[in-house]
Amino acid sequence: MAKLRGRGYASVNYPTGMNLGGDPSQALIHSTTTGTFVITLSSVDLGQGIKTIAAQCAAETLGLPIENVLVDTADTDTGPHCMGTFASRGTHRVGNAVIMAAAEARGVMLEVAAEELEVDAADLETDGTGLIKLKGSDEKSIHITDLALAAHFKHGRTISGRGIFLKEPSTPVPETGEMDPDSCQAHACTAAFVEVDDETGVVEVLELYNVYEIGRALNPAMATQQVEGGAWMGLSHALFETTEPYYPRRDHGPRDFAEYLMPGPADIPVQHSLFLERPAGNGPYGAKGIGEMTANAPIPAIANAVFDACGVRLTAMPFTPERVLRGLDALRGNA
Amino acid sequence: MTYRLAPIDKSPFAAEREDDFTVIGSVVQRSDARGHVTGRTEFFEDVAPPGLLHLKMHRSARHHARIRGVDLTEALAVPGVVRILTHADIPNNLYTPLKLIGVEPDDEPILAVDKVRYLGEPICAVVAESEAAALEGAARVRVDYEDLPAVFDVEEALAEGAPLVNEYHGRNFFTYEGHHCRRIRFGDVEKAFGQADHVFEWRYESAPIEQAPTETTGCVVIPQADGRLRIHSDTQACFFTLDNTALILGVPFNKLRIVGGTVGGGFGGKVDVIVEPVACVAAMMTDRPVKFVYNRYEEMQVSSPRAAERIYIKDAVMNDGRIIGRKVTLYVDSGAYARHTPYGTTKAAAHMPGPYSIPNVWADCHCVFTNRTPSSAMRGFGVTIGDFALESQMDRVARALSMDPLQLRLLNAYRDGDLKAHRKVAEGTALVEVVQKAAEMVGHELPEAYRRMSSTTREGL
Repeated sequence: MAKLRGRGYASVNYPTGMNLGGDPSQALIHSTTTGTFVITLSSVDLGQGIKTIAAQCAAETLGLPIENVLVDTADTDTGPHCMGTFASRGTHRVGNAVIMAAAEARGVMLEVAAEELEVDAADLETDGTGLIKLKGSDEKSIHITDLALAAHFKHGRTISGRGIFLKEPSTPVPETGEMDPDSCQAHACTAAFVEVDDETGVVEVLELYNVYEIGRALNPAMATQQVEGGAWMGLSHALFETTEPYYPRRDHGPRDFAEYLMPGPADIPVQHSLFLERPAGNGPYGAKGIGEMTANAPIPAIANAVFDACGVRLTAMPFTPERVLRGLDALRGNA
Repeated sequence: MTYRLAPIDKSPFAAEREDDFTVIGSVVQRSDARGHVTGRTEFFEDVAPPGLLHLKMHRSARHHARIRGVDLTEALAVPGVVRILTHADIPNNLYTPLKLIGVEPDDEPILAVDKVRYLGEPICAVVAESEAAALEGAARVRVDYEDLPAVFDVEEALAEGAPLVNEYHGRNFFTYEGHHCRRIRFGDVEKAFGQADHVFEWRYESAPIEQAPTETTGCVVIPQADGRLRIHSDTQACFFTLDNTALILGVPFNKLRIVGGTVGGGFGGKVDVIVEPVACVAAMMTDRPVKFVYNRYEEMQVSSPRAAERIYIKDAVMNDGRIIGRKVTLYVDSGAYARHTPYGTTKAAAHMPGPYSIPNVWADCHCVFTNRTPSSAMRGFGVTIGDFALESQMDRVARALSMDPLQLRLLNAYRDGDLKAHRKVAEGTALVEVVQKAAEMVGHELPEAYRRMSSTTREGL
C-alpha cells in the first residue's frame, strides 16, 4: 500500500455578466456639505466586497482620497435600480455605473472650483489628497471640504452625478444558439498536486497553483481572497460536497454541517497564485468579473491529478474515497 | 493590516494598459471586514420588531403525490398558533422568477395546491407567536396523500412513458422557442467525425451541491403605518425580490420596500425569491411583523442547490492534437420546477466547447424536470460542471495521443478574432498566457514554439 502523487491541469474561461433580459445597474453620487461623497446603490454585498470596490472606483474618478467616499446600499426606497449580485456582474456593472456618476460629479466639482479660484475648469486637476488645484501651481488650490461648503452656501450648486451601465438584451437564435451573452471573458489555469492513499482512497490536495487573468485587479488583496477562497470551494466540490450522496437516489441527504462534509483546516493545500491583467475595454478600469470562476478549474485539475497519481479516471463528482477505491479495484481486476 | 497578496505579472499585455492610478490597483481594506469579524455587522435577523410572529412550513413527505386532503385541526389547536396559510390565501399562487424577462410558463405554486412534486415542497405555512409553536403547529398538520410514480434520473425522465413531473410544462423538459433543448449548431460536426484521425466519447456527471452560506435564507416583514410593507431580506437582488413579490401579492410595486445589502454569503442560493412572498401574505393577514428564515436542514435539502448535470462529450481529433469537432449532450437536472435553470442551461450552451477554437460544434443542452428539490443558481452557474467535463476530456485526449496536456490546450486555445461557437468574435483572450504562466510556475517545460504563442497572434498555429 502506498501514497501515490500526481499532477493535473485545467484551463478555463468565464463570462462576465449574462444578459438574456438586459442587464442594467445604476449609481447616484452626491457630495455632502463637508465634501464627503455618498454613493447610493441598491446593490448587495454578500461578503465579496462590492461596497469597497464601488468606493475605490468613485475615489479614483473623483480624484479624492477613499476616506472621502461613503457607500449607502441597499434600500429600494432610496437606492437606484440594480439587477443584483450574480453572474460575476457586480464589479463590472456597478463599477461602470459608479465611474459614470463620479465623472459627472467631478465635472461639477471642477466647475465650482473654477468659479472659486477664478480660473478655467479645464486648467484644474486633483492630486488625490483632497485638493483641487491649478495644474502646475501649488498656490491656486482649494480643498474639497471648503469647496463643498462654498458650492452649497455660496454658489447654489449640487456636486452630484448619475450613472448607469446597461448591457443590452440578447436573444439567442433558437436554431443555432447565436447570442451575445456576456461582456468579456476572464481566464485561469490551475495546476493541482495531489496524494492518493491507495489503501483508503483518500485524496489529499497538497498544492494548488492558480494563474488568473481578470482584466485588472481593482483591489489585489480582495482578488487574492477570491482566488484562494474559490480554490477552497472547488477543492470542496471535488472531494466532499453533495446534498445527494447516492444521486440520482434521494436518500442519505445531509441535514447539517456534521453530515455535509467540507474541508477542514488540515485539508487546505498550499496555494500559489498569480494575476495577469489584460484590461477589458468595457470594464471599469479594465476589470472583468472574478466572483464565480475561481471554484471551477481546481475541480478538473484535481481529477486529472488523481489520474496522474493512480490511473483512476474519476468521471462523477465528488471524488469520494469510495469512488477512488472502486476505480483502483477495477484497475486491479477486483471489481 | 496583514493580508495575502498574489503578485501581478504586468509583462504579458504591457502595451494594452495604463497604470496612472492612485486608488485603483491598491489594497484598500474591505469596508465590512471589521464588523464581520467582531460581530457588529447587522444582518436581517438582527431586526427584532415588537410583536414578531414566526412562520414555519409544513412540507411534503412524498416525492410525488396527489394531495387528497389537508387537516389543520390539531395544528390550529397548538397554543401560540395564530394562523395557518394555505394556497387559497396567496393572491397569485405561482412564482414568477423569469416572467419579467419574458420567460414562461410560471410553473411553481408558492403553496402546494393539489399535488406535491418533490420531498420538502411547502404545503402550508404556520404562523405563531414563537418559533417553537410554529414548529409544533407545522408538525401537527395532517396531509392525506395519494402516491404517484416519481422519476429521479434525467435520461429516464426524458424517456417515453416517464411520469409527468410538472403539468405547467406538459413535458419533462423546458421548451426553448419550440426546441426541446438549447442548441448550438456551428459547422458540421458529423463531417468532422468522418475526417478525424480519432474519435473520443466519454461521459461525466455530478450530484447536487449546496451553496452553504453562513447565513441561511430568510426575511423579516414589518407592516408600516402607511400600509406599506418593509421587507428586511438577505436576497442577492433587492429589486428583483421586490418585483416578484409584488406580482405574487397583486399589489402595486411601491407598496413594498426592500432593505438589505448586507448578506452572510449567497453563492447564488439567494437569487430565487422564495421566502418573501409568503411572509408578506402572513404579515398582511395578521397585520403583524413576520419572520421566515430557513433552518439548516431547509437550506440544504429544500432550498435550491446547484443542479446535477450529466454530460457526454464526443471529440473529433487529428493526430497532431487539433480538435476539429466537438459534440456535447448536456442534461441539467432542474428538479421539479424551472426557477433559473432554463437560464443556466443557456449559459451552459454558450460556454461550449470551452475556451478552444473548434471549427465544428454541436451542443444540445437539456433542462430536465425530475421529482427532486428544484435546482437553481450557484456560483459558476451553468459552467462549473461543464468545466469539470471539458477539462477532464482535454486531459484524456492528451493522454490518448501521448501528448503534453498543456501543449494540447495551447494548440487549441482560442485567440483574438476567433469566432466562437455561439458566433461571437473572441476578443481580450488570454488563455494562452495563463497556461504559459502556470507552466512556468510549476517548472513544466514547454518547447520554444509554445512559449512564443500569443492570444493576439496566430504564431505557432
